[in-house]
Amino acid sequence: MTNQLPPQFTDLEPFADWALATERERYAKRLLSTMDELQAFYDAALPRLEEAATYLEQLPLDALPDDARRLLQLCYSLINVSFPIEAWRQPRVPDSGASTLDVVIEPAI
Amino acid sequence: MPHFEKPDEGSWTEHYPKLGTGLISYEDSISPEYYELERTAIFGRTWLNVGRVEQVPRNGSYFTKEIDVARTSVVVVRTTDGEIRGFHNMCRHRGNKLVWQDYPREETSGTCRQFTCKYHGWRYAVDGGCTFVQQESEFFDLDKADYGLMPVQVDVWEGFIFVNLDPSNTVPLRGYLGKFAAGMEGYPFGEMTEVYKYRADVGSNWKLYIDAFAEFYHAPVLHAKQYVSDESRKLMGYGFEGLHYELDGPHGMQSSWGGMAPPRDLSLVKPIERILRSGNFGPWDRPEISDLDPLPPGINPSRHRTWGLDSYVFFPNFMMVVWAPGWYLTYHYWPTAYNRHIFEGTLYFAPAKTARDRMRQELTAVTFKEFGLQDCNTLEATQTMLESRAVTQFPLNDQEILLRHLHKTAGEYVRAYNAQGDPPNAARRLRVADAAGLSG
Repeated sequence: MTNQLPPQFTDLEPFADWALATERERYAKRLLSTMDELQAFYDAALPRLEEAATYLEQLPLDALPDDARRLLQLCYSLINVSFPIEAWRQPRVPDSGASTLDVVIEPAI
Repeated sequence: MPHFEKPDEGSWTEHYPKLGTGLISYEDSISPEYYELERTAIFGRTWLNVGRVEQVPRNGSYFTKEIDVARTSVVVVRTTDGEIRGFHNMCRHRGNKLVWQDYPREETSGTCRQFTCKYHGWRYAVDGGCTFVQQESEFFDLDKADYGLMPVQVDVWEGFIFVNLDPSNTVPLRGYLGKFAAGMEGYPFGEMTEVYKYRADVGSNWKLYIDAFAEFYHAPVLHAKQYVSDESRKLMGYGFEGLHYELDGPHGMQSSWGGMAPPRDLSLVKPIERILRSGNFGPWDRPEISDLDPLPPGINPSRHRTWGLDSYVFFPNFMMVVWAPGWYLTYHYWPTAYNRHIFEGTLYFAPAKTARDRMRQELTAVTFKEFGLQDCNTLEATQTMLESRAVTQFPLNDQEILLRHLHKTAGEYVRAYNAQGDPPNAARRLRVADAAGLSG
């Protein structure tokens, strides 16, 4: 299988399925994951976040190559997953029960 | 002993003697009859924000807005001469909704040369004039000039588009919005065009959600787990005190400190916030756009050095929060029943120049959603227990002054409406208002 992410981030390839284009998809994947899965993703990706930001900010945001765009989307997922890991200790927002708050507009990239 | 100075009267609330300091009733949030009065008394008469000018960028650009509480839908459009106008979204032939896609109750937007009714093909220019009637000769003395779309009053303040559904309204928008809006003029709203918009169908009266966002007394408690545990304990120990509260006509505002952007001690924030330099209060570094320094005179009215945000309640259902790090958000509450409403939260940032900027915005936006989800569910819990009427009188503290003001203002609009109209109806309305404890 070909690499999904830029070459210097091959260690994150096992988590390339977190490169999702919309918040709705990222949030849905978070809710469908176990805490062990979220922890494994967080532990692998958080130490690379600063390097990813440094790598990506050299590139034009409105014309990112496919692998860089996927890396950015993976970082968005890391941001989403940081809440279960750093705050909630569970995938869902505590006490949010039946409520939903859906994204209806978000930036294209 | 307060951390921040209060007015000479000893409290923000007593600075406005008409507010009183007594217990308040929430009958106005659980009575279907009262809601029926609010529909006309409030939403049928006040200026309602329905969007921003960026939503109609070109001549012929339009969007629709469902205003269920006022029993209508409006279409807002930029005409061929560049003017922004609004119409009831209704065909003049037999009343079909004019502009919609797939689902009649869902909002839509686009750009067109003219509007065509799906039912019998009547057409209207974007300035509202009727331009085509299918089989016109079959009608009886019909003059298209008499069948233009029904206009609604539209006005724009600082790029925010408002409508007023009362054809006899004579209050200009800027006068209605008052001193808080005047004090914000010049803020670079037009440069903050990167939009994150959230929407929720919430099982509570519309005023209860405004209550939730018009006070920060709840923040250290309800949102405790958002902070690392030392910081959370510290915040709960302090509680919350606003820097400044002010009322102006039906509107209110508060100004708050904002020690989190950036925090004095980096160990007090979560790892992802440390790495990205962003969080609940926004990206810690201001964007490079003009007009953020100095800020317009109305913003940060106490000129406090720890200032973090100003939060405005523009009556009836529009809130704005302007954040120290250089971004803003809006809240809208669109009632659909006495115990339901559509909530919209919209975050506006200067467009990200780099992927790092964009990640910082994403963290702020995700944090907003995590908070908002907790608030939404709490409101359903509040609504259902209020409806039990097991308790009917509630104490509000000084940090909840804007709630006291909101419910009092809504009551005054309903009372003013009651004072008009035919006597039998007026008597019935007064009984409903009496039951809500609002007559007098």
